Amino acid sequence: MNRSPLEYLSDPLPGVDIGNLPGKLIAIEGPDSVGRSTQVQRLRDWIEAHGHAVVHTGMARSALTKEGIRRAKSGHTLGPLTMALFYMADFADRLENVVIPALRAGFVVLTDRYFYSVVARAAARHQDGEWLERVAGFALVPHATFYLRAPVKEVVARVVCSQQQFDYWESGMDVPYGANRYESFVGYQERLMEILDGMGQRFGFIVVDATPSPEVIFGQLRAKIESLLDD
Amino acid sequence: MVRAVVQFRPNNFPGKLIIVEGIDGSGKSTQLALLRQWLISRGLIVSFSEWNSSSMVRASTKQGKKKQMFTPTTFSLIHATDFADRLERNILPMLGAGAVVCADRYAFTAFARDVARGVSPDWVRNLYRMAVKPDIAFYFRVPLEVALKRILGGRASLKYYEAGMDLHLSSDIQESFALFQGRIRKEYESMAEEMGFDIIDATGTIQEQQKRVREIVARKLGDSLNRDILRLPVAGTPPTQ
Repeated sequence: MNRSPLEYLSDPLPGVDIGNLPGKLIAIEGPDSVGRSTQVQRLRDWIEAHGHAVVHTGMARSALTKEGIRRAKSGHTLGPLTMALFYMADFADRLENVVIPALRAGFVVLTDRYFYSVVARAAARHQDGEWLERVAGFALVPHATFYLRAPVKEVVARVVCSQQQFDYWESGMDVPYGANRYESFVGYQERLMEILDGMGQRFGFIVVDATPSPEVIFGQLRAKIESLLDD
Repeated sequence: MVRAVVQFRPNNFPGKLIIVEGIDGSGKSTQLALLRQWLISRGLIVSFSEWNSSSMVRASTKQGKKKQMFTPTTFSLIHATDFADRLERNILPMLGAGAVVCADRYAFTAFARDVARGVSPDWVRNLYRMAVKPDIAFYFRVPLEVALKRILGGRASLKYYEAGMDLHLSSDIQESFALFQGRIRKEYESMAEEMGFDIIDATGTIQEQQKRVREIVARKLGDSLNRDILRLPVAGTPPTQ
């Protein structure tokens, strides 16, 4: 992808002016329970301490779709296509109403996942990832996308330790990938990472090893973001 | 501008898909209801799906409309989500089972309305690549004035997005509706050839139009309706265990 930061991937948003966006857009990607939210929280505190205003966003938080997605996922009848497009609507709503206005006002926008996860989840559910990438063509290219990556075994240990159970959707039980939630979680998360690896190469993710302690990971992220902020 | 040709997935199912399109007030819903009655009376199993009717997506659509939260892009995506839910829940399984699926509005409604709202034609055509290609797509062609007379004569209030008020074409809701419908009609007309619509002159009487609709269905699907479609068990015959 030879696109500059804050350009559209392929399709402009109708009625939206992206002519003057002095802010920075930083995305954190990675599988479930890899430690993304911990890092986003730390980065936020640190960037603010650095003197930059921060807006923090993440999947399924849009005013338009938050409640609808929550309800759809509380049942067992949400299909993979519907899920993908519901999340795309959520992504678009936040992009237009949160991310772009914040960038226009000069904020640093930290996004806990970007559209990449929406595509990866759909592709892991046997939907056409290429099709969905084009649907997300209105996305702005981030200044940097950090891909927190850890072997699934490591992630399993964290989930067992903190939640004592595997979430239905995070285990891809609607596909499924195995006979029980543990097996399906492993198969599904491995598939997700495989897809994200491929996207990472095409979209230029910066891969960060998420196996060390949170302090070490944070140190790595900070070093990479520092130069970006002072541009 | 050359537009990308739409690429729906082919209908490889035993069932058949018949859809109707046209601007508000073109009479398409009435015609589809009559067609369904005819198919049912012939013993065929018919399933029906209506634009913007997914119960799973309804709350978001309603909230977006009530609070006027939509942009052209989110309006398009929420309606595509609604479509996807009906596709996964109803249209695909019913076609798989061998029913005749009748849809009141289909992807073409998005191609007309969303583009009238400023969405890129190529982008929205890609969005609906998930859809199954209809076996028959009827387009009810009606002059704008006739449709407007039917709608504005029979109903007191227009809704914000229905009237295209988000486009700020006019501050008068009836005038905005007329301008917006005019734009939508233009989009339908410009895609009619690309999409291979069967065009029905919607200024004729209801009976004339229905006769034409049934002729087209019989000509295009006659054999397969007799052969492939799931039929109601014959009355009086106990279902086999």
